[in-house]
Amino acid sequence: MTSFLLRRLWLAILVCLTVLVVSFILTRLSGDLAVSIAGPNASAADIAIIRKNFGLDRPLVVQFLDWAGHAARGDLGQSYLYHAPVWDLIRDRLPVTLTLGLTGLAIALSIGLPLGILAAMREGSAVDRGIMLVALFGQAMPGFWLGLILIVWFGLELQWLPISGVDTWQGYIMPGVVLAFSAIPALMRLTRSGMIDALAADYIRTARAKGLSRSKIVLKHALRNAAMPVVSIAAVQLGFMLGGSVVTESVFALPGVGYLAWESITKNDFPVVQAVVLFLAVIYIALTLLADMMNALLDPRLR
Amino acid sequence: MKATATVPALSFRSRLPSFRHFATFLGVVIVGAAILIAIFAPYLTPHDPFAQNLNLRMIPPVWMDESMPEHLLGTDQLGRDYLSRLIYGARISLLIGVLTVVTSGLIGITLGIIGGFYGGRTDQFVMFLITCRLSIPLILVALTVVALVGSSLAVVILTLGLLLWDRFAVVARTTTMQVRNLDYIAAAQAAGASRIHILLREVLPNIANHLVVVATLEMALAILLEAALSFLGLGVPPPLPSWGLMIAEAKEYMFFSPWVIMTPGIALFVLVLGINLLGDGLRDLLKAGSRQ
Repeated sequence: MTSFLLRRLWLAILVCLTVLVVSFILTRLSGDLAVSIAGPNASAADIAIIRKNFGLDRPLVVQFLDWAGHAARGDLGQSYLYHAPVWDLIRDRLPVTLTLGLTGLAIALSIGLPLGILAAMREGSAVDRGIMLVALFGQAMPGFWLGLILIVWFGLELQWLPISGVDTWQGYIMPGVVLAFSAIPALMRLTRSGMIDALAADYIRTARAKGLSRSKIVLKHALRNAAMPVVSIAAVQLGFMLGGSVVTESVFALPGVGYLAWESITKNDFPVVQAVVLFLAVIYIALTLLADMMNALLDPRLR
Repeated sequence: MKATATVPALSFRSRLPSFRHFATFLGVVIVGAAILIAIFAPYLTPHDPFAQNLNLRMIPPVWMDESMPEHLLGTDQLGRDYLSRLIYGARISLLIGVLTVVTSGLIGITLGIIGGFYGGRTDQFVMFLITCRLSIPLILVALTVVALVGSSLAVVILTLGLLLWDRFAVVARTTTMQVRNLDYIAAAQAAGASRIHILLREVLPNIANHLVVVATLEMALAILLEAALSFLGLGVPPPLPSWGLMIAEAKEYMFFSPWVIMTPGIALFVLVLGINLLGDGLRDLLKAGSRQ
């Protein structure tokens, strides 16, 4: 168990380091960051000042070590636009993004799991096909477009829900649904295939032979064994949803980390972009690490 | 008499196209139609998709009041014919889908086959690369690259191609592991075939059908991602008629005339649904094949 955990932790640290390098290189892709920050109308003198002020005249290796060293200590640099520490900007907006991500995950689980289980119990029937069709529809739905339709329909026509912002909890409903839509197909398919495998196993036949009720067999025996891949995929999907919050938060104008990132990209505030990429990646790495550990606890064979 | 009456009824029933076949058929029809529309776009479009006419702005589609028969789906905020732009939009979506899949397939399949075939430390390294790729937030990185390098069709294709290789690598790796120890590989090795020859001529053809299924999934994903990037203003540059860009441009008018965001969205949804139906059908064919 300990060696599994240590190996897994070591891998997570290596991935974090790689992402650190990637997020640094990413913002240097334009060739000259000072020109990108200054914008198209800047004079050569302006660019020179920016280059000096932001330390962009130093060798790349020195810049990287400086950024990595500070990032490792939790200092993600200064925003050019807000003149504030990037970490403060992220921390202020994190509650919105986390609430949104968890709302999305909760909606996705409450729709994806029951439908996946139902499809597995009626494998091959019209119910199963109908449910798989729902998964296909969800997969083909462009999230931002769904968001706009919801805004027009529920926000404008029916006036049930606010069309933007998070002043009230209702503001999270539509973005949560949009975000959930991206995760439902994968959750549903995995629950279904996991349950089909579990229901075909010998211990289910034994349970049936013992005369246990159908609901008890499904919920207690099969679901428990189908749960493991679902735990993993739920963690992965939550990570993807937090990453995908860029689109959803822009559509609904939610003041979260994703909106901050989009704003920073369009306004050339690259320390923020670099930091958000790193931050979201680290969250994803932590989530998958957590899922692996939970699975190791659930299933001793994995250790 | 009774027996002869029931037999044809039964056989008739089994000849009815099943739902699965119908779904696959629908996928083929949608994708086929989209390809034909994209290829023959210049002959199908009633108007120039770039021609503006400021006197004819926001004309609604024919099923609504105040429409004009020569603009079947109406016009946009600059008076450009919506149907013509939709038709040319199919070109952009398919081009993005195909070229992205070629790029990402090349990267992912190479990595996956090498990792799966050689195993050991090489495989560990490939797995590490896949883990790194998955932990990087896809849309955010794509947006940043396009913002820094500049928005063009080529940049979008390359960016998505360099990001979407993970599923190719995962599937190529596991399927290669499955065929690695089969007899024909050993036979080729005994016959003195080179490593490259074995990987390209023995392994690749035997895992290709699995990769085709991945290709459809990734193509659908690439088309959706391009639309999302263009919607956020960092994808295909205007005035190109990308469906995502059309939705972005129509956004400020959607409160007064909701149809402006409907048509490009439906086009996007139907094309992606068609590709996914096709992919599902291929996957089922594969499963049926492996059972026999």
